[in-house]
Amino acid sequence: MLAADIQVAQTAVFWILAIPMALSAIGVVTTKNVVHAALYLVVVLAGGAGQFILLGQEFVAWVQVLVYIGAVIVLFLFGIMLTRAPMHPKESLDNDLRWPGMVVAVFLVGVLGALLIDTFGDDKIELTAPTRTDEVTNEIFRTYIIPFEVVGILLLGALIGAVVLARKD
Amino acid sequence: MLLNQFLLLSAFLFGTGIYGVLTRKHAVLVLMSIELMLAAVNINLVAFGAFQGDEVAVVGQVFALFVLTIAAAEVGVGLAIVLLIYRNLHSADLDDVDSMKG
Repeated sequence: MLAADIQVAQTAVFWILAIPMALSAIGVVTTKNVVHAALYLVVVLAGGAGQFILLGQEFVAWVQVLVYIGAVIVLFLFGIMLTRAPMHPKESLDNDLRWPGMVVAVFLVGVLGALLIDTFGDDKIELTAPTRTDEVTNEIFRTYIIPFEVVGILLLGALIGAVVLARKD
Repeated sequence: MLLNQFLLLSAFLFGTGIYGVLTRKHAVLVLMSIELMLAAVNINLVAFGAFQGDEVAVVGQVFALFVLTIAAAEVGVGLAIVLLIYRNLHSADLDDVDSMKG
């Protein structure tokens, strides 16, 4: 297959993933049902994992599936159940900052978008072979071993902190 | 593929997350919006890594993994705090958490 054909296919896959991601992201912040928001978030994160695979970085894609979709979303659903969030709320789930929030978000996306287009213009990603997992682990356990250990301590702290906060006494 | 298509997608997701953080009342929904922003940052890191080529592609991935870990820890502690708020105020509505308001 010609390199140009591969480029076209990659761009098509990007848009097939990106459009549902963008629509679901809007769904997360506008839907009236809390459980639907969590399920929209699944679509966004799964699309993100697809983008990582498209960029040839498979390990982080599967970690995203396992950690985010497997664990974090389940935590969110537990949180929704335990706080008895309204499934069919009478009143809106938004506060009265909707228009200021919209202005801030549009302004931010506008400035970021203008900057990015100005800076990176037509820069292309030249994909070589996908990154192998052993390269990632070598990098973590050689160059980034101290941050890795610090993150381990942080997770332990978060675990104990969450247990201490949430237990009944 | 253009680098910009990934960066613009991620900027859009980040902006949507900001909107969610500012406008949502329910604490769990605010946490979800924060997750949206973190996921957007991850796309940025991985796209820049792939853009820079082999050596740096791995570094982008490693940083994305660190962000994922921090996000998981943040959700755990965040939901514990939300549960505590719910237990004390019988509501997870952030507008009800106003005891520090002058």
